[in-house]
Amino acid sequence: MGTHNHHHDYNFTEKFQFTGIAKILSIVGVAVGVIAIVIGLMSSDHIMVERTYANLLLMGYYFTCVCAAGTFFVALQLVTQSGWSAGLLRIPQAMSSMLPVASLILLVIVGLGLVTNNLYGHWNSEGLMDPNSPNYDSLVAGKEAFLNVPGFLIRQILFMGTYSIFAFVLAKLSYKEDLEGGLNSYKKSFKLAAIFLVIFGFTQPIWSFDTVMSLEAHWFSTMFGWYNFAAMWVCGLATIIIILILVKKAGYMAWVNENHLHDLGKLLFGFSIFWTYVWFSQFILIYYANIPEETVYFYKRWEPEYKPWFWLNILINFLAPLLLLVDRDAKRKQSLMLFVAILLLCGHWLDYYIMIMPGTVETERGFGFVEIGTAIGFVGLFTFLVMSKFSKHAIAPKHQPFMEESLHHEI
Amino acid sequence: MSNTKYILGSFADPDELMSGIDKLQANNISIYDCFTPMPIHGIEAKLGVKPSRLPIAAFCFGALGTILGFSLLYYTMAHDWPINIGGKPSLALPNFVPVTFEITILLCALGMVATFFFRNHLFPGRAPRVMDIRATDDRFILAVDARENTNHELVESLLKEAGAVEVKYNERKYISYE
Repeated sequence: MGTHNHHHDYNFTEKFQFTGIAKILSIVGVAVGVIAIVIGLMSSDHIMVERTYANLLLMGYYFTCVCAAGTFFVALQLVTQSGWSAGLLRIPQAMSSMLPVASLILLVIVGLGLVTNNLYGHWNSEGLMDPNSPNYDSLVAGKEAFLNVPGFLIRQILFMGTYSIFAFVLAKLSYKEDLEGGLNSYKKSFKLAAIFLVIFGFTQPIWSFDTVMSLEAHWFSTMFGWYNFAAMWVCGLATIIIILILVKKAGYMAWVNENHLHDLGKLLFGFSIFWTYVWFSQFILIYYANIPEETVYFYKRWEPEYKPWFWLNILINFLAPLLLLVDRDAKRKQSLMLFVAILLLCGHWLDYYIMIMPGTVETERGFGFVEIGTAIGFVGLFTFLVMSKFSKHAIAPKHQPFMEESLHHEI
Repeated sequence: MSNTKYILGSFADPDELMSGIDKLQANNISIYDCFTPMPIHGIEAKLGVKPSRLPIAAFCFGALGTILGFSLLYYTMAHDWPINIGGKPSLALPNFVPVTFEITILLCALGMVATFFFRNHLFPGRAPRVMDIRATDDRFILAVDARENTNHELVESLLKEAGAVEVKYNERKYISYE
């Protein structure tokens, strides 16, 4: 309250300078990724090509999810009329703005994977749906109404296209607000955000059924969509935290302090627990019922080549944030938060790895230059695109109606 | 020697209460406590209030819940009457997670509420202890221990200066309003 009459002299129109070592490293990362992917795809070994596709799907999906989490963050703050986040909103907005690019990349990956038969072979192989064929698979044939190539591609384009349009318009309205002020942009954004959340909430599970769950077309879990949403949201929050801390370390955003970090930390902590909750709910029902058509999924993941990683996944994504972030002061420390956020991003890479690999390359899994190179490539691409976008606009939305509240946020 | 135990400054505005705290502290007058009808940001730091120890109680009750929940399951499912369920071992740990978790949460929550009630003398049917009834309504109360700070005129003038609408000299710590 004593801060009511306090006058600030923050420069919200300042622009982030994306130059120097960060930019060079991100471009080097992209180059490393391109080399690894090209070598993988050119390989004469069919397994290697398939492995490269699986990694492309993993990182393409990861990339799109993090960008979509940016859009979700912006929309959520708008709909809940949250004030605390106004000062750092341009970070998720920059992530959100790259959703169209990420969607396009993922679309190319799944499209090529479908055509070359390197992905989705479980439901997209010759004769699976034909009762007279020796390859006939009655379980997959029963799902033909949903799992068919045109339907799959239409859903991919429709879902990611819709998210991208919302991401684009929400960002545009925010930049317009910078120029014009007033409440017009805010009111429009509020309505759009509410519509987006409803659409996203209903379609995101289906999108993850298509993109990831259909890799093992016999198996299904209604929990899978939520599980993927939780993973996406944790990854998005971790990314926002990393960008925020690095941007602050570079000397920007003085108005974002440990109180804002604390709130982001609470979200990261809470949703890591939520991820565990959904992960475990999916697991326990299948473990408890012990029905072969369901347990096949975990049976594959309990084979010797996956079992240690299966449990490591829980260790990193549940136990680490639980023990490291439970303390109030821990969530207010930049260095610790940076560490946990990076750890969780690695942990969720492993999470996606365990979702995707047993359904694609199965026992031929590996962890070598393809995995590491593809990951580095996409991290470089993400950094380059998002930070370039971030540096193009004012670093904070100065006319955001809750800006003042954000400056005085204290918890 | 007066019988005054506490001097209460009654403020109508939280900003004035905060400036009252500053003024008293600048004159080395210790503040017993503040009572406000709503949370005021930054007041704990200003008064130097230590962080609550409630989380420690929460952890203890939670740990107790984990032990009790697991013991219950172990005794009934694995020790006293083992049953073959779906061919799984009777000590099937994943199955134990939900119940253990729920009992942990239950005991943690109930224990925390009980601790909070105990620590604040709040029990159903018991009249709460308050120093000024309007602190629960529209006034911001600043209490000074009159025995520790003997210069009562200075306290009163500082409180008035900060904007206190009323200064009370109470001979009893808590008021009785039954």
